[in-house]
Amino acid sequence: MKYVDEFRDRDKAATLRREIAALVQEIRPARPIQVMEVCGGHTHAIFRYGIQDMLPEEVEFVHGPGCPVCVLPMGRIDDCIAIARRPEVILATFGDAMRVPGSHGSLLQAKADGADIRMVYSPSDALALARTHPDRSVVFFGLGFETTMPSTALTVLEAERDAIGNFSVFCNHITIVPTIRAILDSPDLRIDGFLGPGHVSMVIGTEPYDFVARQYRKPLVVSGFEPLDVLQSLWMVLRQIADGRAEVENQYARVVTTGGNAAAQRAIAAVYELREFFEWRGLGSIDLSGVRFRDAYADFDAERRYAVPALRVADPLSCQCGEVLTGLLRPHECRMFGTSCTPATPVGALMVSSEGACAAQYRYAVRAA
Amino acid sequence: MCLGIPARIVRIDDAERMLATAEVGGVRRQVNIICIVDDAHPVESCVGDWVLLHVGFAMNRIDEAEAAATLRVLSELGEMQAELDAMGGEGEIRR
Repeated sequence: MKYVDEFRDRDKAATLRREIAALVQEIRPARPIQVMEVCGGHTHAIFRYGIQDMLPEEVEFVHGPGCPVCVLPMGRIDDCIAIARRPEVILATFGDAMRVPGSHGSLLQAKADGADIRMVYSPSDALALARTHPDRSVVFFGLGFETTMPSTALTVLEAERDAIGNFSVFCNHITIVPTIRAILDSPDLRIDGFLGPGHVSMVIGTEPYDFVARQYRKPLVVSGFEPLDVLQSLWMVLRQIADGRAEVENQYARVVTTGGNAAAQRAIAAVYELREFFEWRGLGSIDLSGVRFRDAYADFDAERRYAVPALRVADPLSCQCGEVLTGLLRPHECRMFGTSCTPATPVGALMVSSEGACAAQYRYAVRAA
Repeated sequence: MCLGIPARIVRIDDAERMLATAEVGGVRRQVNIICIVDDAHPVESCVGDWVLLHVGFAMNRIDEAEAAATLRVLSELGEMQAELDAMGGEGEIRR
């Protein structure tokens, strides 16, 4: 039991492991039970703590699309680079986005070629750059789910209040709920239940997931990030399956409430509206899955300010991220895994960040082998 | 970026703009506390709060035990140092 050594409470981990095995005996599945962890943070934890290896072989984690860096499509990276290459522009971005491949290289390569691209920790740092460089045009590369959506919105509200004219945002914020629905609608669906994201849920609450249980009859348990949280949440999903129940449950109640964070939701509602559709790397176009600025904030919208090329660029043909994301393939079963696609030279989305399933598997499974 | 990091609010910098200084692991930076402030928890009561910080915005209050547990997970995931480095920032982008 080498893995259990790192759990904070070994006895509890061992008990949960036994109870999960007992539940699987009770369910007697005809095929392996697939549980999707939606959030990339959970994916990272599952690999880091070897949680899959603790489970009976009848239970499989499917690593979902919850890494906003990973699912950025190449066309959006190309657009971002086109903006960054303008001589008057300083592009400010989270470090995570620097290595995401576009069709002609990454932001890192554009920076090496002379584009003024700066890594920031926060959108408020990007706004500070605009204040200190009034002669330049500062564009913040806004990305992430509802965990980072409020921070971009609040920064835009601050820019408006202080009339900062040389600040705008290239908005790539996305929302996970329509994507869960798209996965549930996929004809090959084999997923039996979900671990819901922790920090997205901290903002949006648990109510937006109710349709998963009511309409699709699948259990969803919002989970924390500690290894014991993940095990306990999995147990809760399996308990529901064994009981024939489908409910939204909250294992992470110490952080997540039913209604979410009201101030963050107000900022989101004030600044953004849903896009008709948004492109996801590996999953294609998903209706209502992205946000853009409302007309009232058009001045802060880099897409309107710079008329980006907005070309749709297909994922590489050899890429099988879509199959991995929907649970049809495991990461190492992709034909490019670990050969032409590695964390140092990612081709597919899931190899880009430590929260992507392929990068996590490469880091913890391949290199340990 | 996504997991965030627990930090402790040590000082209110600008009550009107809801800006405060947060500290974790010896790194201090200015953060926005608008999402943890409401009538029941006004600005001045935020000093001493442990919060979950996402890209410079306090998104939730958590208790100290939860903060410690989360910091340990971040450290075990190898995300702690990168987050602290990003928070500390380079001279140019600090306020």
